[in-house]
Amino acid sequence: MTPKWRLIVFFIGAAGIVCLFALVRAPVLRLNEFRNRYAQQINTRTFAERNVTDAVSAVNFDYRGFDTIGEEFILFVSVLGSLVLLRMAEERKDEILLDALDRKRDVGPSDATRLWILAMIAPKLVFGVYIVTHGQLTPGGGFQGGVILATAALILYLGEGFAVFRDVLSHTAIEVGEAAGAGAFVLIGMLAWFWRRPFLTNILPLGKSHELTSGGTMALISIATGLEVAAGFILLLYAFLQENLTIEGEE
Amino acid sequence: MGHAFSYAGYVTAIWLFLIGLYGVVTSRHLVHLCLSLTVLQASTYVLFTIIGFRPGLPAPIFTDGVTPGSPAVDPVVQALMLTDIVVEATVVALLLAITVRIHRRSGTTDPNQVDMMRG
Amino acid sequence: MQFAPLPVVIPLIVAAAMAAGSGFLHRRVLDLGALATSAAVLAITLHLTAVSSKGVIVYWFGGWQPVAYSHFPIGICFMIDPFGAGLASLVSLLVLAAFTFSWSYFESVKALYHTVMLVFLAAMCGLCLTGDLFNLFVWFELMTAAGVALCGYKSEESQPLQGALNFAVTNTIGAFTSLIGVGLLYSCTGSLNMAEVGATLSRGSSGHSFLIVGFLFLIAGFLVKSATVPFHFWLADAHAVAPTPVCILFSGVMVELGLYAIARIYWIVFAAASQPMMNAIRTLFLTVAVLTAILGALYCYGQRHLKRMLAFSTISHVGLMLLAFGLLDPTALAGGALYLLGHGMIKASLFIGAGILLHRFRSVDEYDLGRVNRQIIPIALMMIAGAWGLAGLPPFATYFGAEQFEHAAAEQHLTWLAGVIAFSEIMTSAAVLRFTGRALFNLGRGYSIASRGAPHIHMEVETHGKHSRVPAFMWLPMALLLLAAIFVTIPIRHSAAHYAAQFESAPVYESAVLGQNPSQFVPPQRPAVIHDESTSSTWWTRIVVVVGMFFFALLGIFPRRRNSVVSRALYRAIGYPLLRLRPLQSGRVGDYVAWMAFGIGAYGAVLLLLR
Repeated sequence: MTPKWRLIVFFIGAAGIVCLFALVRAPVLRLNEFRNRYAQQINTRTFAERNVTDAVSAVNFDYRGFDTIGEEFILFVSVLGSLVLLRMAEERKDEILLDALDRKRDVGPSDATRLWILAMIAPKLVFGVYIVTHGQLTPGGGFQGGVILATAALILYLGEGFAVFRDVLSHTAIEVGEAAGAGAFVLIGMLAWFWRRPFLTNILPLGKSHELTSGGTMALISIATGLEVAAGFILLLYAFLQENLTIEGEE
Repeated sequence: MGHAFSYAGYVTAIWLFLIGLYGVVTSRHLVHLCLSLTVLQASTYVLFTIIGFRPGLPAPIFTDGVTPGSPAVDPVVQALMLTDIVVEATVVALLLAITVRIHRRSGTTDPNQVDMMRG
Repeated sequence: MQFAPLPVVIPLIVAAAMAAGSGFLHRRVLDLGALATSAAVLAITLHLTAVSSKGVIVYWFGGWQPVAYSHFPIGICFMIDPFGAGLASLVSLLVLAAFTFSWSYFESVKALYHTVMLVFLAAMCGLCLTGDLFNLFVWFELMTAAGVALCGYKSEESQPLQGALNFAVTNTIGAFTSLIGVGLLYSCTGSLNMAEVGATLSRGSSGHSFLIVGFLFLIAGFLVKSATVPFHFWLADAHAVAPTPVCILFSGVMVELGLYAIARIYWIVFAAASQPMMNAIRTLFLTVAVLTAILGALYCYGQRHLKRMLAFSTISHVGLMLLAFGLLDPTALAGGALYLLGHGMIKASLFIGAGILLHRFRSVDEYDLGRVNRQIIPIALMMIAGAWGLAGLPPFATYFGAEQFEHAAAEQHLTWLAGVIAFSEIMTSAAVLRFTGRALFNLGRGYSIASRGAPHIHMEVETHGKHSRVPAFMWLPMALLLLAAIFVTIPIRHSAAHYAAQFESAPVYESAVLGQNPSQFVPPQRPAVIHDESTSSTWWTRIVVVVGMFFFALLGIFPRRRNSVVSRALYRAIGYPLLRLRPLQSGRVGDYVAWMAFGIGAYGAVLLLLR
């Protein structure tokens, strides 16, 4: 189709979509009697049933934990797919990379930048671990904390370059970590199954509220998810940075 | 005021959806295409957030003065969206990896110029 | 009942374990592990099918039974009935066949192939068994991500990448449109559970326009997945380049799962509330089904690359299955389910045939092949059997299925639909016969007019090992699947209609899921009629199909001279439409997405105008 026809077809469709959206604006925006049912059930029962104060994490890791397993595996599969897509013949890769790294050694960030970045890595790691482990108490959890941990690796690259990045973070270890995080979530669910309860039931002791150990399996699931998300994003960084450097090296 | 806020959010969601779709349809660069997809994804986040909004109520974190069990904003919608945001970033990463390979292979990033299977 | 979550959980655990050990696990271990996992899932899903035939199984994850919460579902449930569990069994059977085909010869990068295939298996089983709308979306996204990873991983050429890109972009947009639909429904019903949403909609006072818009957005993603017109463009590109075991799954079950989701969503969530609009919905689905069937059949006949030909054939057959659903009748739905089972197995065996040809001759192009080889004759005969099955002829399950929904169409005074069904069956099987004749029996000379303009795609060899022989683990699944397509009818032919009637009655699922008034399923007043003796009209249709199939196949192999009457008539009926339609399948993702937007708008307009 010529570009003109493509636009015409699209605009007819878009006009239709706008009409459809406009038709339902009243039912969607008006607060009706049914909308709050789910929220009300969760909000009133979270603290009483699970001793946790963060209802959002409770929904993610307990009430609708099965959804989170699926989402986690979407991340897992996408990272795996990206890794394989960006692979190259192993022998060529290393030569070109080392070449490119050699050439980059003289040009890097200034010492002041490097100092600040190195100083920031530890607080970032601590903050990331804090967010991951306090998911059931305050806004946070595995997903958010995992991303923060991955950014610690990112600024390591920004400050020190890819050579140090590669030496500090072993590719195999992070791959294993990602798979372990994904598998751990499912295995925690299987714990309940082996105890003849439905999959993913929260069978660990619920602990005292406002403490790290509250929520039973939620804390463990949050840590497993944090490990998987962090490892996944670091692997993505690894793959894209390596590809980028290899392209530069070939030029 | 809550009503006006939701209305603005609804229009924003529609706009994001359509502009994301328009971006994909008329894109001439694959990275632009992937990011238009991101814009389209954002429309769902906005829509769900305004569906979960309750005027005047606090966040569903029952600490620091919010008594457990009291009415709060919808936590279900927020839970769905926060996992979605992180996960869809990796799906876009997968698409960008495909983009990088296409560029390596055929030297172009124009979706209209890539070696076609036509017919 | 304890076994309900296992079809999803077991493959996920094994996949994670394989990924963790991908650096050092030997190929044999991976192959064995994958085979064992898929066999185990097959056994469990068959068991679930048997158990659920006595009553719908509802499994609450995390133990969140709604009984304690004034019958409001606050957790996620699996809602297992014979249709869902049966489809999950087909999924695991085809995954088992795919792993058998790919035993040791198939090229895999570390453990990626096995890991992602197992996750794909888990996602498809999850989609079949779930009873929650957001859970449905999650498995749909996982299916798409795994499919893209599998489709594009042989990324040395640019064509696989183009196929993967088109697949990823169209399906992701579809998924997010479905998510918007979930959000719209949530805003008016406050729940994500299918049965609860259905109950609320039928009791509440949502207007007709809300129901139409919500329905349309929600099924948009599944329409894309099931490749209905005009959302179908991505399928041919993805199939032509995906590795063979992946194609088996795409055509055999992944596309059909989209249809299953549409049927499930319609009957449980919308049917009760949208009763007054049933005729409008029926008209829309029947129109779309007819368009899809005819378009798919035309494109199929005009291809020269076997995998792309089979992809278009899938589109056409999906049109027929959508027709079976669109009649909104239990007999038709039962026929459609039978047809789905038969078609899935036959299509899988044909794709295995394509994989064998690729392994043996490094090509699946009709004009590049052309060696008569004694060793290949059994394969060729199996492909002819497959074409016979695609044409809906006895003793394959497709015959029994097509018979049932043709009959339902006749009861609704829509006998002309039989003509559409016949056209689709004739053209798709004629294409496969023509391919077999020209490529494997070396008949015919010259180019058929239908192949003018067909894309000539370079295939990469996907297997290593000795290319001079066809090992048993390649042709054995092909033969076994064809046999299965014959024998699968025997246990289910007569009970299918009963379970179809149950599938269509939302109150059964509501009571099972929400636990309010547990009731056993009571069949509706009008008994679903099953015809043991085929009427003479069915026999006539079959004869027409057989004759037409061989006629078009021979016509394709031995083209007539330009000026004969036959040639000119055929050109007007088939050649000319193909000429005009081919540019639409342009390979450009922008075109595909423009058509998607147009499709949503058009469907909405049709429903709103007809209600």
